[in-house]
Amino acid sequence: MSGLIEFFADPGNWSGSTGIPVRIGYHLLYSLIALGLALVIAVPLGIYVGHTGRGEAVVAGMANALRALPTLGLLIVVVMLAAPLFSSSLVFTAPAILVLVLLAIPSILTGTYTGIQTADRSAVDAATGLGYTPMQVLTRVQLPCALPLMISGVRGAMLQIVSTATVAAYVSLNGLGRYIIDGRANNDFGQMAAGAALVAVVALVLELAFLLAGRLTISPGLRRSERRVKVPASAAPAT
Amino acid sequence: MNLTWLSSNLSWILELTLAHLWLTLIPTVVGLALALPLGWWAHQVPRLYGLIVGTSGLFYTIPSLAFFVLLPGVIGTRILDPINVVIALTIYTLALMVRVVADGLAAVPRETVEAAEAMGYRAFQRFTRVQLPVAVPVILAGLRVAVVSNISIVTMAAIIGVQQLGSLFTQGYSLGLMTPILTGIILCLLIAVVLDLLILGLSRTLTPWRPAAVRSGKGVLA
Repeated sequence: MSGLIEFFADPGNWSGSTGIPVRIGYHLLYSLIALGLALVIAVPLGIYVGHTGRGEAVVAGMANALRALPTLGLLIVVVMLAAPLFSSSLVFTAPAILVLVLLAIPSILTGTYTGIQTADRSAVDAATGLGYTPMQVLTRVQLPCALPLMISGVRGAMLQIVSTATVAAYVSLNGLGRYIIDGRANNDFGQMAAGAALVAVVALVLELAFLLAGRLTISPGLRRSERRVKVPASAAPAT
Repeated sequence: MNLTWLSSNLSWILELTLAHLWLTLIPTVVGLALALPLGWWAHQVPRLYGLIVGTSGLFYTIPSLAFFVLLPGVIGTRILDPINVVIALTIYTLALMVRVVADGLAAVPRETVEAAEAMGYRAFQRFTRVQLPVAVPVILAGLRVAVVSNISIVTMAAIIGVQQLGSLFTQGYSLGLMTPILTGIILCLLIAVVLDLLILGLSRTLTPWRPAAVRSGKGVLA
């Protein structure tokens, strides 16, 4: 515990390339890149699956299989296989980010397609009856109705990414995990604990940010039913 | 696959597999045992539902590696003690299962509960003999998710030096050898499948009144 306070009290740990602000910056940067890529892939796919009902079993099966696959093993395998394919500056970063994207997809995909599928049937029918085209039904009714579950899915994905990015320090990714890995290598438990505390704070702040984003963007008409439209426990990430 | 490495490390691999099983099973069982009363409480007192489920959700937010490292400072254990992993996973299991138990109990048909009440069951009897058995499929479906997640999370502890199947990953990485890593992944997946099937079997045994088609578990675990 005393080592932890010492670490935070040392001004040297607050500046330079191994300082806390830079490490937080890298952690967030890699996490956001991975989240962005995962969104670009998973949201259109989720909309397609939810709107057409095709490929549902495949998506659910994939999500379950990925949960059982140990993250650390997956990271190391991908880094060992893919590292030779990238130029020196990206040699560890690109494979690690690839894994982050891969792990984030199931949560977003599940949130999107279940959100669209569970959109109130009578609202969809009413919109069709009013003469909405299928595209208008999707963008004006189904997507707004799906938003709570989509945000839950993205929140799960974000947590998974932040957690895995920490572990990815083991395969040389920059970020807050470095303090845990380097501290372990030097038996510097204060540094390890400081890194862990920073990771926990970042994860909690992001969680709260998502809760707030949900409050601001979810249509008031949907809030009453918030307790009903929960993401199934099976969509929770293994962080 | 490098068979020489495999054959000369068989006893170590077995040791790691057993350690992995214990590190997964103890937290799963203890976490469920704690989640049952807490989930019941959250179900009984609706005002507490948000508080209990929300607080346990916050624990689920903390990344596992950070949790393993932070626990010693909070509870005073040594940093490399496997007990940190056991406690962290117990809290994760509890966090996941509390909501599953509360929601499972909420899904028990009202008529069933009222019938039990009319027959003179007291609150505790009603819980153990009526509500809990009816909620078994939902609770065990949640437990399947928890146990499979736990198997994967345990491997992270290899980074701080707790021996289990994850040690094969770190070993393989430092040796530049794919065989230990693939062995570790395959054994993890194998344990996951076996434990998943065991819980599914348990769920069927405990609910003999359900029709076979429903008991096959299809649709229970989305």
